[in-house]
Amino acid sequence: MGNFSAKVNKFNDIFVNQNGYVTVLNGLKNTLLIAVIGLLIGFVIGTLIATVRVLPKYKRLPRVLNGICSFYVALFRGTPIVAQLLVFYYVLFPLIGVRMTGVQVALLVFGLNSGAYVSEIMRSGIQSVDPGQMEGGRSVGLSFKTTMLMIVIPQAIKNILPTLGNEFISLIKETSVVSFVGALDLYMAFNYIGSNSYEFMVPYLVMAIIYIILVLLISLGIKLMERSLKKSDRRN
Amino acid sequence: MIDVINLRKNFGDKEVLKGVDLKVEKGDRVVVIGPSGSGKSTFLRCLNCMEDPNGGQIIFNGVDIADMSVDINLHRRKMGMVFQHFNLFNNKTVIDNIMLAPVTVALQDRKKALRRNFFLKLFKAKALKEGKVSLSLVADKNVIKQLARENAEKLLKRIGLEDKAEVYPSTLSGGQKQRVAIVRSLAMNPDVILFDEPTSALDPEMVGEVLDLMKQLAKEGMTMVIVTHEMGFAREVATKVVFIDEGVIKEIAPPEEFFSNPKDARLKEFLSKVL
Ligand SMILES: Nc1ncnc2c1ncn2[C@@H]1O[C@H](COP(=O)(O)OP(=O)(O)OP(=O)(O)O)[C@@H](O)[C@H]1O
Ligand SMILES: [Mg+2]
Repeated sequence: MGNFSAKVNKFNDIFVNQNGYVTVLNGLKNTLLIAVIGLLIGFVIGTLIATVRVLPKYKRLPRVLNGICSFYVALFRGTPIVAQLLVFYYVLFPLIGVRMTGVQVALLVFGLNSGAYVSEIMRSGIQSVDPGQMEGGRSVGLSFKTTMLMIVIPQAIKNILPTLGNEFISLIKETSVVSFVGALDLYMAFNYIGSNSYEFMVPYLVMAIIYIILVLLISLGIKLMERSLKKSDRRN
Repeated sequence: MIDVINLRKNFGDKEVLKGVDLKVEKGDRVVVIGPSGSGKSTFLRCLNCMEDPNGGQIIFNGVDIADMSVDINLHRRKMGMVFQHFNLFNNKTVIDNIMLAPVTVALQDRKKALRRNFFLKLFKAKALKEGKVSLSLVADKNVIKQLARENAEKLLKRIGLEDKAEVYPSTLSGGQKQRVAIVRSLAMNPDVILFDEPTSALDPEMVGEVLDLMKQLAKEGMTMVIVTHEMGFAREVATKVVFIDEGVIKEIAPPEEFFSNPKDARLKEFLSKVL
């Protein structure tokens, strides 16, 4: 036990006195940034793809778009996100001569990747909305697009909110691979503290606790949001 | 008002409508009856192209809306529809259900008018000055919303549900939902309303309130096409009764003649079962 408290002291020293907490805060910021922006980008892309996939298919254009979307989803769901990060950072961008920081690439890749996952979530959400809702909108002269935006998608989002929350949680956890392209995230920050002190036990323990707290906070947020959205289900 | 010519519809290999002709005049109340699965709903849903016909024409106010190149949304504004399962917007309050379409289409029209005016001012300044073309009137956004709200309130009052304006549809009874759905379609000032078994999903004690509202509309001269199993209602309200069977209209007649002196054998059999 004396051994452990010595380790804690060592961690304390680096974390507080040598400004280790600044690194951790930066890492936390990047982790959250990548997860939040990734989810937002993913939400927009995912909603667009899901809409294309539920479009009536008797015309040519929707069929072509649908093919493109299927390919996109297969590509991003069929490869590990580490591979996507590495390909974008070390292959694609150098090839086209664009310079981006690790964090920027991570933002983009996590957005594109979660777009593929969110599109599947959103598609099942849209399909879970009673088709009568679309018919009700079309029958009063609203267009497919308007009815989708004002009636169907809001109800779909409500249905998939818990699943979307889980997607956010897995994004938070998956960000721990962005160190592959040199981005400083929560894992990288504690790794840095550990390397400086040649002692990893306490840093990784604290890291794990921070991840857990983040996930619990998000779960709580989802629950609160669900409750406020339940309004339209029963008596107000 | 609606002229259906040789309407055909199939689902895959299954021919559901095999050439239906029907004229609906202004002020007509056409009641459509027929055995289950005979294509009544399909027929009604083809009238506003909720199902796209596979052949034939539907001339509505002089335009063939079965033609895929027309903007169907424009024509549906003038053709209300009431569904068996109400199809109220679950994520909107009762009053928003009624206001949504009038406000949305008015705002869309407004945007179009603004765009047109902008174009005219930019490229047709001369023609404008000479009075060859004129700018579209553009209503104020708030005025559009205010008018729609007042109209919606009036409609709610008409069905005695003004105190339900701010609740969500899930809190209403079936009869209340259907009456809201009817005034939702009224809010667009349609030329005709299509009803697909509007009382079939209702508890028996709520059928009356919905039929009463429909009778009121009939009295006011609303043109209606109604699929129903309510024979008493058909007899009382219809100007024409139509019997659909095996994908064609087997008989069409005014109600007295239709019910007291049916000619088609299948209709005789059908009536003997339901009356
Ligand atoms: N979307 C669809 N896809 C495939 N078949 C369909 C579809 N809609 C209807 N049908 C079929 O077309 C036929 C006619 O259906 P329709 O709903 O028009 O009958 P209906 O006269 O309204 O019957 P009911 O009194 O039961 O409502 C039925 O055999 C039905 O199974
Ligand atoms: Mg039917």
